[in-house]
Amino acid sequence: MQYMMFVATDPEAESFVPAEDNIGEWVAEVDARGVHVFGQRLRPVEDATLVRVRSGELLVTDGPFTESKEWIAGFDVLDCRDLDEAIEIASKHPMARFGRIELRPFWPIDAAEDPVAREDREAGDRGRRTEPALGS
Amino acid sequence: MSGIDDRAAHAAPDSAGVGGEVADAGPGAAHVADAVTRVYREEWTRIVASLIRATGDWDLAEEAAADAFERAASRWEVEGVPRNPGAWLTTVARNRALDVLRRRGVEFGKLKEWIAMDELTGGGSPNDPADLAASGPEWDDRLRLIFTCAHPALPLEARVALTLRTVGGLETPEIARAFLVPEATMAQRLVRAKRKIRNAGIPYRVPSATELPERLGGVLAVLMLVHNEGYLASSGDRLLRLDLQEEAIRLTRLVVALIPDAAEARSLLALLLLQHARSAARVDADGELVSLEHQDRSRWNRAEIAEGLALLEVRSPGHEVGPYRVQAEIQAVHARARTAEDTDWRAITDWYDVLLAAGRTPVIELNRAVALGLAGDVEDALAELGRLEASGRLGDAHLLAAAQAELLRRSGRVIEAARRYRTAIEFAPTGPERRFLQRRLAALDPA
Repeated sequence: MQYMMFVATDPEAESFVPAEDNIGEWVAEVDARGVHVFGQRLRPVEDATLVRVRSGELLVTDGPFTESKEWIAGFDVLDCRDLDEAIEIASKHPMARFGRIELRPFWPIDAAEDPVAREDREAGDRGRRTEPALGS
Repeated sequence: MSGIDDRAAHAAPDSAGVGGEVADAGPGAAHVADAVTRVYREEWTRIVASLIRATGDWDLAEEAAADAFERAASRWEVEGVPRNPGAWLTTVARNRALDVLRRRGVEFGKLKEWIAMDELTGGGSPNDPADLAASGPEWDDRLRLIFTCAHPALPLEARVALTLRTVGGLETPEIARAFLVPEATMAQRLVRAKRKIRNAGIPYRVPSATELPERLGGVLAVLMLVHNEGYLASSGDRLLRLDLQEEAIRLTRLVVALIPDAAEARSLLALLLLQHARSAARVDADGELVSLEHQDRSRWNRAEIAEGLALLEVRSPGHEVGPYRVQAEIQAVHARARTAEDTDWRAITDWYDVLLAAGRTPVIELNRAVALGLAGDVEDALAELGRLEASGRLGDAHLLAAAQAELLRRSGRVIEAARRYRTAIEFAPTGPERRFLQRRLAALDPA
């Protein structure tokens, strides 16, 4: 299964100690295990650009980002057996200590079933006998 | 069990004796209902667990198992209870699952392969990744189910609900009633949890040896929550809540049987048994809570106390004393005291010191101070409570005031005690607690 691993800062986390930054070891391990697909650091929010289209009008601005104390500092794409393996990999990343890490499973576009049909089927599941229907 | 077996021995499913069974429909129906209920308790989890392993589909597994039990109820009335009800139910549930998959047009090779493999190996699963001293393949399935339901990536309330539903076999409306949420909310919570298991890739397996201690802690926390929900019967359907305590005990027994090396699981079982043993004495005829001090100890369940104490006698070398162990030891001190006055409060104070060494929390500090006071050291205890009050770390003002009132009352400082009782009553969050404190206040000697 593929996971997007967002590496974020966190003001509540332990303060960063360069000597304890084991990112080199982490990269070596994920490469050796073949679970790492691709990853990059990201420039901080000051260098980010916000793009929106509202009522058909394109809005390009440099924010608002100011309210967030945390920001995404990088990402890695993992290809793991299951969530437990992804958790193990994430827990070894130095930013698990000095920041926080969020694992998001990929949502593949299934050619055989479109997302609307899948939502319908899952909504239908709720009505099955073992689960009382919603809103009843 | 013997009742089912006796009858089954005379009632082969396709024998000519069927007519006799139907003529006996009145008591027979009740007998069958009993048998189904009993088999449900014993077999539900195993059947659901093995179907999840085979299909990877939690809803399908539950639906097929529920269908098998429904069929059992009607078919057994006619055909008699089979010699091996579990095997009968497993076969019917598997066929139902195959049927559903066939109708959905899904490739069901995996399930067929599993059935063939199961028949060859007599119910075995191939190598389990976890290096556990497992007690047999079908136990592995149940253990996987317990750990998956209690996976830390699921929200805590969903873990509790899913464990009760899938491992405990409770119906969704029952769980909703126990947690005082609308049925639709609980159903949605369960649906979301099962969906997250699938979408997030939460594995259906027993954690590896390195993960096990941490993950087992999560499982025990879930079982403790199930029990607490039954223990703190301040509102809702009391009978069901007592059932929840029993359910927690049953599930904890299961974990102890599955992982005999887990000292903390045994300690939790001891804790739950020692608390449950007092159930009959905890509430009076009017439904009011009776404090430990005033309980009729002859109504305590001696068998459960004996079992709880026996569990604590097994000391496992190399295991440090965990929090469930300490809490169970505190309950054991109460259980051993023949009267409230016999309680060894000094021993309880020592156990609270062990808890404090593992991590200070205001509630533990409060309880320790109360134990110290009841052990006879009232002045030191009141000084500790004063420091705790000054620190402002304890959120529950009523607990602190009630503790101070109790110690002041015991040292004869009636006026100060009354003042603290009034504060406690003002902040007490529930009716039974308020009424309990009011009775205490009223009983103060006005002299």
